[in-house]
Amino acid sequence: MDTLATSLTSDAKASPHQDATDHGVAEEHNDVRMFGLATFLVADGMTFAGFFAAYLTFRAVNPLPSGSNYELELVLPTINTALLIISSLTFHRAGRALLTSRIHDCRLWLGVSAALGIAFLVGQMVEYFHLPFGLTENLFASTFYALTGFHGLHVTLGVICILVVLFQVGPNGKVSAIKPFGLEAAELYWHFVDGIWVVLYGLLYLL
Amino acid sequence: MPIPPSLITFLVGMALVLAGLWLGQNVSLLPVDASVNAPVYDELFKVLFSIGSILFIGILGLLLFSLVRFRRREGDHSDGAPIEGNLPLEIVWTAIPAVVVLFIGIYSYDIYDRMGGMTPLNDHSAMVHAASMEASATMQVANAATSEEPRVWGGIGVRSDKDILPVDLTALQFAFIFHYPGANITSGELHVPAHRSVELRMKANDVIHAFWVPQFRLKQDIIPGQQTILTFTATRPGTYPIVCAELCGPYHGGMRSSVVVHEPDDFEAWLQKNSPAPPPTASVAQLDVLPVA
Amino acid sequence: MTIASPQDLAVPQPPSGQLQPQGWLRYFSFSLDHKVIGLQYIVTSFLFYLIGGALAGVIRTELVSPMSDFVSRETYNEVLTLHGTIMIFLWIVPVVNGGFGNYLIPFYVGARDMAFPRLNAVAFWMIPPAGLLLIASHFITGSAQSGWTAYPPLSLTTPAMAQVVWIISVLLLGGSSIFGAINFIATVMKMRRPGLKLMQLPMYCWAMLGTSILAVLSTPVLAGTLLLLSFDIVAHTGFFNPTLGGNVVVYQHLFWFYSHPAVYIMVLPAFGLVSEILPVHARKPLFGYSTMVYSIMAIVFLGLIVWAHHMFTSGTPPWMRLFFTIATAFIAVPTGIKFFNWLATLWGGKIALNSAMLFACAFIVNFVFGGITGVALAQVPFDIHVHDTYFVVGHFHYIVYGGTVFVIFSAIYHWYPKFTGKMLDETLGKIHFALTFIGFNLCFAPQHWLGLNGMPRRVAEYDPMFTTLNQLSSVGALLMALSTLPFLINVIRSFSHGAVAGDNPWNALTPEWLTTSPPPVENWKGEAPLVAHPYGYGQLPSAGLPVDQATGQDVWTGS
Ligand code: HEA
Ligand code: HEA
Ligand code: CUA
Ligand SMILES: [Cu+2]
Repeated sequence: MDTLATSLTSDAKASPHQDATDHGVAEEHNDVRMFGLATFLVADGMTFAGFFAAYLTFRAVNPLPSGSNYELELVLPTINTALLIISSLTFHRAGRALLTSRIHDCRLWLGVSAALGIAFLVGQMVEYFHLPFGLTENLFASTFYALTGFHGLHVTLGVICILVVLFQVGPNGKVSAIKPFGLEAAELYWHFVDGIWVVLYGLLYLL
Repeated sequence: MPIPPSLITFLVGMALVLAGLWLGQNVSLLPVDASVNAPVYDELFKVLFSIGSILFIGILGLLLFSLVRFRRREGDHSDGAPIEGNLPLEIVWTAIPAVVVLFIGIYSYDIYDRMGGMTPLNDHSAMVHAASMEASATMQVANAATSEEPRVWGGIGVRSDKDILPVDLTALQFAFIFHYPGANITSGELHVPAHRSVELRMKANDVIHAFWVPQFRLKQDIIPGQQTILTFTATRPGTYPIVCAELCGPYHGGMRSSVVVHEPDDFEAWLQKNSPAPPPTASVAQLDVLPVA
Repeated sequence: MTIASPQDLAVPQPPSGQLQPQGWLRYFSFSLDHKVIGLQYIVTSFLFYLIGGALAGVIRTELVSPMSDFVSRETYNEVLTLHGTIMIFLWIVPVVNGGFGNYLIPFYVGARDMAFPRLNAVAFWMIPPAGLLLIASHFITGSAQSGWTAYPPLSLTTPAMAQVVWIISVLLLGGSSIFGAINFIATVMKMRRPGLKLMQLPMYCWAMLGTSILAVLSTPVLAGTLLLLSFDIVAHTGFFNPTLGGNVVVYQHLFWFYSHPAVYIMVLPAFGLVSEILPVHARKPLFGYSTMVYSIMAIVFLGLIVWAHHMFTSGTPPWMRLFFTIATAFIAVPTGIKFFNWLATLWGGKIALNSAMLFACAFIVNFVFGGITGVALAQVPFDIHVHDTYFVVGHFHYIVYGGTVFVIFSAIYHWYPKFTGKMLDETLGKIHFALTFIGFNLCFAPQHWLGLNGMPRRVAEYDPMFTTLNQLSSVGALLMALSTLPFLINVIRSFSHGAVAGDNPWNALTPEWLTTSPPPVENWKGEAPLVAHPYGYGQLPSAGLPVDQATGQDVWTGS
């Protein structure tokens, strides 16, 4: 799914004006691409929804063998959740900065968002190494890794997108106040990934 | 004297309904019925067949009529009348299927209830058969749950509460193995008395199989990791095929057995004859259920 | 097949795609033209149909005798898995969605192309490799043996490589279908020509909108499920493996959450195509436009909440069976509305009994039959007896073949003049129709009786009492195979020798006919026409329209 996601975003990125000149629909095009991305995120969200449904059903009907019910450590994941939420806010500031042509601020906030994303990934790695169970330990363990891993891939992709945008932002760059699509797309995607994490956190750690 | 169109419509409709009912009652597409719920099933089948025939013949007739009556004649290049819709008409043909479907739904619910499909199996069978559970505990496959209260998944079954004959069924690639916990008989063929409820407690060793006896109109998947229960009462003595109905590997097509329905006395005799003298002949019994091919 | 390669992506495209290959070479390239892509879909999928049909031939040959004697049992299971997978994912879904969708939707919304031409080309070019991978795997690692449903634990115990290849291939095809769907939604919602209202769109747009919503909502769930299944195979996790504490029924829920909507992904576009074809050849407006639209949306909604009717014998709890019975049966209501509306469209028309019309009418007959057996199957007590038998095989071939494939043929007879500028031969068309219709009924009608009387599906050997009917069914399949011949001859010969069609041989009113045949690169030479009444037969002067002027605007805007 993730390679698919890349090809979608790169497709959208690669074709801002060419398609427009090809087919004379320049006015509406930005709008259409955001719409397309949003539709794609609905699809992506359904993948997660499927995983969540599977996880909840497993929980309800397949009790684990006794003695293998782990209390998950909560501190690190909670910090991680906070990191992601903050990064959503910083990304939002980046967007605001771009629209008012404060390119420097925009780059700064993008950098902060990417850093927070990377911190999240590092935190995730640390958690993985300290968990008392491996991938095939039991049903819960497998589901845990599948869900967090799949989400982690999304975060990784998001960080890459942020960095790409970071290098494209400029007064006359590919991304600018009059051509904000790259940043807006990355932002929408990033908020989506955060939102999924909040649900995931609730289901895996708190429930 | 011209006949008014509404009268024609009415007459055609009546003829259609009568034809459908006649078809439903008189065309039998099913094998003999050999269990208590088979006649119940056949009742439902007749109703569905009648309704289906009426709808299908009606629509087919209407279509053929239109194609002939409204075909374009040579040299006619005009258009038909510009009718874009007719609300009352559309409401009618929304309502009719809705009513039909609702009726079928309620009726088949009733049928299903009479077959015992709505009996919640989870709690009570665990109680009633607590004793015989022990026997099947050895066959407990990979039920990761605590074994005190195995999760039982509903099949269906009418049970006359007294005097149920429990039989354990293990399905594996590519055979059914029946075990009579009371008499300690293991067999590759199912023998049951007529007019007495049999409770099949089914387990699968490897992949999903399904137990199907067409003449009983009963089918239930046998699912690894989950015990399922199917209750039935045979009525007509004879030998009927047991068919595995879930793709389970290359020999799926060869995974067949038979169920022999005995008169109650004959069944007792069969039990006596096959009850093992002290050393159980399980190994022998299993040999002849291995796939021949 | 692989002339187009990713580097095409990197080459900057000059305005109006001058660097793109011209002429027939376009059809082998990474073209961005929606019409080229549409035809690429149709032709590629048709090749896969021939392969899937040949596999059906193997199935029917094996079933001529009750013994397993033609191919080995393992091969039989491979063949039936490939047959199901190819027919669904590489034939029906790509043709009625990607094929006709790409060709027609931009015309219908008055656009020059789809919303995302590049994504569109990517979606198409995912199909040939996925299909070739699937088929090539048969000769290298063997192919999957667990049916197109790939139920675990069977799919965990059959040869692992084969199953993994199957999963990869289906993931690619699913991805392609999601991309296509995003494109269709964006095109219909956002690319409409100014002034064109939603409720003025030709019905096929609505069908594609509904289908694409289904694809976007359900295909990702299949992707996720297959990922988990591949983990079970490759990494030995236990999601669906009962010996590791997993749950096989959860897989079935997730699988059918996609695969039930998938059946509407296969049939809703066909409904849309029929809604285009009938009014043209009956010379009457489509009856009940707005109820048609609402019923499509009702089918979309209901289609998402009925999946467990495939699992009535899987030990689902009673309340669940009850709910799914009622929900499923209720799909007959919106579907019925559509059928009655079509009958009303025909009523009082001036029906031309040409090949397109014959196939479309046969579709109505076949689908109603399959739908009625479907409603019977939806009743739990009924299904308990016939689940996983040839009754079900009969049901769905009546719908997928008798329904969708008949519509595909009808659509080809209808749009071939637009695609190529040449007419298809009517005599050959009628021979094709007769052979297909007779062969089809001969092949699949007896299967209902077989199922009721005890023949399970997916078996290579069966009770000898069923021999005669199976042989009859195989004869029917042979007729169907033969029927492909006149069709192929017709399509190939007419391309060079057919009568010249002109721009609008049917005197149709939908926008794709208001341009040349075949249409120019950006669809219209002038401005796109605003077609406010795509079905205005009998109201507007329909003979002698100045279609070659390309901007029929003045004629068509009269409201
Ligand atoms: C294009 C594909 C397609 C379509 C459109 C449908 C449409 C329907 N299907 Fe089918 N189905 C399949 C493809 C399709 N199916 C496939 C491939 C399988 C097997 C999968 C597998 O196991 O491999 C299957 C299996 C299947 C099953 C499971 C059987 C089993 O395995 O035990 C069921 C059960 O409910 C079912 C029901 C229905 C119903 C109720 C409809 C309804 O949508 C039909 C509605 C239409 C009508 C009813 C006709 C028109 C209506 C009227 C004229 C109005 C009046 C009618 C009435 C009042 C009844 N289908
Ligand atoms: C979706 C579309 C679709 C279509 C169009 C078809 C078309 C056909 N199907 Fe298929 N079928 C399925 C979908 C479809 N099927 C599915 C999903 C299954 C379930 C699989 C499973 O259980 O997992 C199935 C299963 C299935 C079975 C049951 C197998 C079993 O359970 O054991 C049978 C048996 O008769 C069958 C027969 C046929 C036949 C005779 C055709 C015919 O209509 C085909 C007609 C076409 C041709 C005959 C092509 C003609 C061309 C040539 C012969 C030339 C070939 C030449 C070259 C390759 C160069 N199909
Ligand atoms: Cu056991 Cu099929
Ligand atoms: Cu379904």
